[in-house]
Formats: sequence, C-alpha cells, structure tokens
Amino acid sequence: MSNSFGMTMVEKILAAKAAKDRVVPGELVNVEVDLALGNDITAPVAIKEFKRFGLDRVFDPEKIVLVPDHFTPNKDIAAAEQAQVLRHFAKEYGLKYYFEVGRMGIEHALLPEQGLVRPGMIIIGADSHTCTYGALGAFATGVGSTDLAAAMAIGEAWFKVPATIRFEYNGQMPEWVSGKDLILLTIGKIGVEGARYRAMEFAGSAIDSLPMDGRLTMANMAIEAGGKCGYMQPDQITFEYLEGRVDRAYTSVYSDSNASYESTQIFDVSKLEPQVAFPPSPDNVFPVSDAKGIELDQVVIGSCTNGRIDDLRAAASVIRGKKVKEGLRLLIIPATQQIYRQAMEEGLLADFIDAEAAVSTPTCGPCLGGHMGILAKGEKALATTNRNFVGRMGHPESEVYLSNPAVAAASAVAGTIVHPGEVLS
Amino acid sequence: MILQGKIWLFGDNIDTDAIIAARYLSTTEPEELAAHLMEDVKPDFPGLVQKGDIIVAGNNFGCGSSREHAPLAIKGAGVSCVIARSFARIFYRNSINIGLPILECEEDFSWLKSGEDQLKVNLELGKIIHLQSGREYSAAPFPRFMQELIARGGLVEYVKTRLASR
Ligand code: SF4
Repeated sequence: MSNSFGMTMVEKILAAKAAKDRVVPGELVNVEVDLALGNDITAPVAIKEFKRFGLDRVFDPEKIVLVPDHFTPNKDIAAAEQAQVLRHFAKEYGLKYYFEVGRMGIEHALLPEQGLVRPGMIIIGADSHTCTYGALGAFATGVGSTDLAAAMAIGEAWFKVPATIRFEYNGQMPEWVSGKDLILLTIGKIGVEGARYRAMEFAGSAIDSLPMDGRLTMANMAIEAGGKCGYMQPDQITFEYLEGRVDRAYTSVYSDSNASYESTQIFDVSKLEPQVAFPPSPDNVFPVSDAKGIELDQVVIGSCTNGRIDDLRAAASVIRGKKVKEGLRLLIIPATQQIYRQAMEEGLLADFIDAEAAVSTPTCGPCLGGHMGILAKGEKALATTNRNFVGRMGHPESEVYLSNPAVAAASAVAGTIVHPGEVLS
Repeated sequence: MILQGKIWLFGDNIDTDAIIAARYLSTTEPEELAAHLMEDVKPDFPGLVQKGDIIVAGNNFGCGSSREHAPLAIKGAGVSCVIARSFARIFYRNSINIGLPILECEEDFSWLKSGEDQLKVNLELGKIIHLQSGREYSAAPFPRFMQELIARGGLVEYVKTRLASR
C-alpha cells in the first residue's frame, strides 16, 4: 500500500471496519458496529422498528446497550411505559447490558465508566451525545432510532466518511479553566455548524495534560458544533483510565503524521477565562466576566457533559462551607451510581447538602427539560449541561446559560453569574 | 416523485427541541407528535399546517438532539418535503431512514410568503419551481446510495432485503 498521504484516526478506524486499505472523506461505507446504544426516548422507537423485521434474536446480545436515563426514575405513566419497553426487550432478547434504575447512570458517563468503550471501536448510539466516547480514541457518533433498529438486526451502519478538522490547544490552562471552557471557546469561535458533518480532532499540549473527565466533556460537545464525532488519540491518560475497567484487548489507532486535515485551528489557552454560553445557543459564548451580575433562579450541576467526579470535586471545592443564595435552587445530579457513591465517600455530597443544595439520583432530568428541575416562565438558570436552546429546560420563555461546574457553584453562592475566584476571595 | 404544496418559512438553526419539545417525547405516534410541531417557534403552526405543505428553512435545520421524533412529527403533520440551505447530519440521516423527502438547496428563499406561496418539487432531478412566478431553482439531488434507500422504502426495507438474502 502506498503511503504517500496518510489517514486520520477516524479514517483508519472506518477503513479497518469496512475491510478496506483506505477511505477518503465523502466516501460512503458500510461498517460493522462494535456497540449500539439506546435510551428510554429513542430505544422504544427502535424496538418498534426492530419488531418489523420479525427476528427472534438480535445480531449480538453483548453489543447492544440500553439505558433508561432520560425520564427515570419514571416521571409519569407514559415514561414508565417507555422504560418498560426497554426492560422487556432486554429480557426477551437476553441483552447483557441493560442498566436498571439503581445500577445505572446517564448513558454517556456510564458506558466509559463500565469499561464498555475501548480505543478503535465503532460505537453508534441513538443519542446525539454518543460522540462523547471519542475521548477514548473510539469512533462514536449519534444516529437515529431506525439506524439503531438496523444495527440491532444486522450489526452494521452506513456512514459518509467525514473530513477532519484539527483543533490544537496550547499553553497551560489557568485555574478554574477546564475542558468545558475549551470546548465552549471552540463552539463560540466556529459556530453551531462550524464542524457540520466533520470529525473534530482535539490535540495540543493543553489536551495532553487534560484529565479524562475533561476530555469526555470536550468530545461530548462536538455535536454542539455540528460535528459527527470529536476525539482525542489514545495516550497515557487514556491507558490509565482504561486500566481495571476493560477486560478485553484493544488496538489503539493514531492519525498519521502526514494525515490530511480539512483545516487546523490553533488556540492559546494560557490566559483563557472560564467561558459562558448565553441563551439561546451554545455558540453564543463570552468570557465569564461579560456575564457578571446576571441574576439566576436555578443552578444545575450534572449531565453527561459535567456530572462526573472531577466536576463534583470542582463544584464542592468552591461551595464548601458556604450557602446557596436565598431564593436560588441548586441541583446536584451525579451522573452515575458509582460517581454518586464516590462523591459520598469523599464527603462532597455532605458539602452540597450543608450548602443547602438538592442532591438527586442519576438522571438526565432537567438537562432536557424532562423533570426534576423544570423552569417557570421568565426564570434563568445556569447549567453545566450542553444545550441552551429555547425551552430546553422548561418554559419557552425561560433561559439557560452554560458554564463549567466551578463557575456554576460559585454563581449558586453569589446568586448571580461570577468567576469562582470572586466567591473564594 | 413530484410534490406540490404551500410553503411555511422558518429561519436558521431550527433545532429538534423547536421542532418537537422534549415534554412531548413520551409518545412515538407521528400524529400525536404532529399536534405539537414547531409549537415553541410558531404556536399556531399545528393548526395551520395542512397535508402536502412544504417546510422551507435556512441553515442547519434539525440541529440538536438525535430524536427521530422530529422528522416523525413533520411526517405526521403531512408535510410532503423539507427544503433547507443545510441540514444537521443526524436529522438528515433520520429523514432518509424514515422516508421523509428532504432537499438541500443553497438558494435564499427567505423572500417567499409563508403560508401563501406554492412550490413544486421534482425529487429525482432536485428541481424546485416557484408557482407564483414560474421561476426554477436547483437543489442537490440525493447521492445514489441514498436514492437506493429511499427507493427501497427506507432503511427498514433495506435491512429486510439484507436479512432475506442471508
Ligand atoms: S444528560 Fe442531557 S445531553 Fe446528556 S444524554 Fe441526558 S439529556 Fe442528553
């Protein structure tokens, strides 16, 4: 094979699974999938479609994951019935990975934690934030319910090979600046369609030292720039994260040094301020100092973007010994049972409860305006989630700002959006 | 396939939360979803939209979540086709997979009169005609693989063919 021009990590993974020497952007490929995911909103649609095939088995009961996380613990009768569809299907088809309430978590925090994500895999999920798993060097992307149905039947999916944009972040990040701020900065710069249909490769010295939780946050929000996937190439931090979680061999895949990128964006992050996305779009991004003084009714710390242990640690370190501002609600939602337990053992939950925050069992809940923290008309919230579209957290005339967990915690104490440094000084 | 209908105009970055809000996701019935189509953007839309109508939008139509409920709600309302300057990728994929015709057209249609003007669309050729003026526009026709999927009636039928050939 000629090596005159190389391939990116994503091109290599797609080529390997399509049994080809090489693929080029724009090419349509049919590939085997290593994992297919659905939740209580999307899987019922997929299951209905799947039943139309009249099959008595799925392509592989160990490669399908069902997680009821959006409207669970069941928020009403309709939600209960949707969750029941998953439960019955998992039992009927002998699925290995069905995560019941009490053992579950928000899908995109849960799958990496449970060791189901390995470098080099192709993962599709009927949920747009499936792109999260790119942080572990996998090709992972959101699809629709019909794609999930097809994958459950034949274990394949079709893709157009995406062109890749490389994003390089250089310099040492200041205190209180996190992966969330890098990705908000990026989306603010390129816009909600800036990476439409593209793969986003995250690299640079700031990424090399970014802990896995921050990497997961960044890959999670690739979709908010329109990206098909976002990824970091596997390194020591990846291997340490995988250690003790995965019980199977995997092959790490890396971009060639002569890979061709559609474009490259370079950021110096050494003087970066925490970032805030103003309503009604995740690309409406400003430094936190420009958001100073905006009054809040609710603060939410959780979601598949920022509900992991590092996020809770950052929030607790700001709020410890302080109280949530009177008249404001602070909701803390650890993303998985394991994170919940760890937060308990580290005393973080006590910090939150002492501060008079409400701590919830893992759920998507308010992130999509489902339940557990819906906003009334005219209310403003600051959330560590990923979307702030009109009506996302409740009433169409409510508003959502997005930030990192430390800014969110500080703002819950101040009652207005502030830099964590101001609350601590 | 030739489609003809009254158009409804929407702007850029219409996200799936705007197409169908999450509070209605506890059903998957296209008709029930259609009762709330575009409600947060245009509250009277579910009562106005009629079978055969065409949605015309700007850039990045269908961005946001992967919910197939969005194209299902549009299909459930009887909308025959969506024309936009660009689509978000999961929405594009979902529409093709469920057999909702969508066309990408660079043209700026923001001058059309919403709820009045009529378009005639030829899907195979990617041709769009503005009936009031007779003007013609061209859109990107589907790539061949996607035409095949549509011809077979969407992804479910494609998979059935695959399963039958095993
Ligand atoms: S936490 Fe929010 S963004 Fe993440 S999967 Fe749940 S609803 Fe989607």
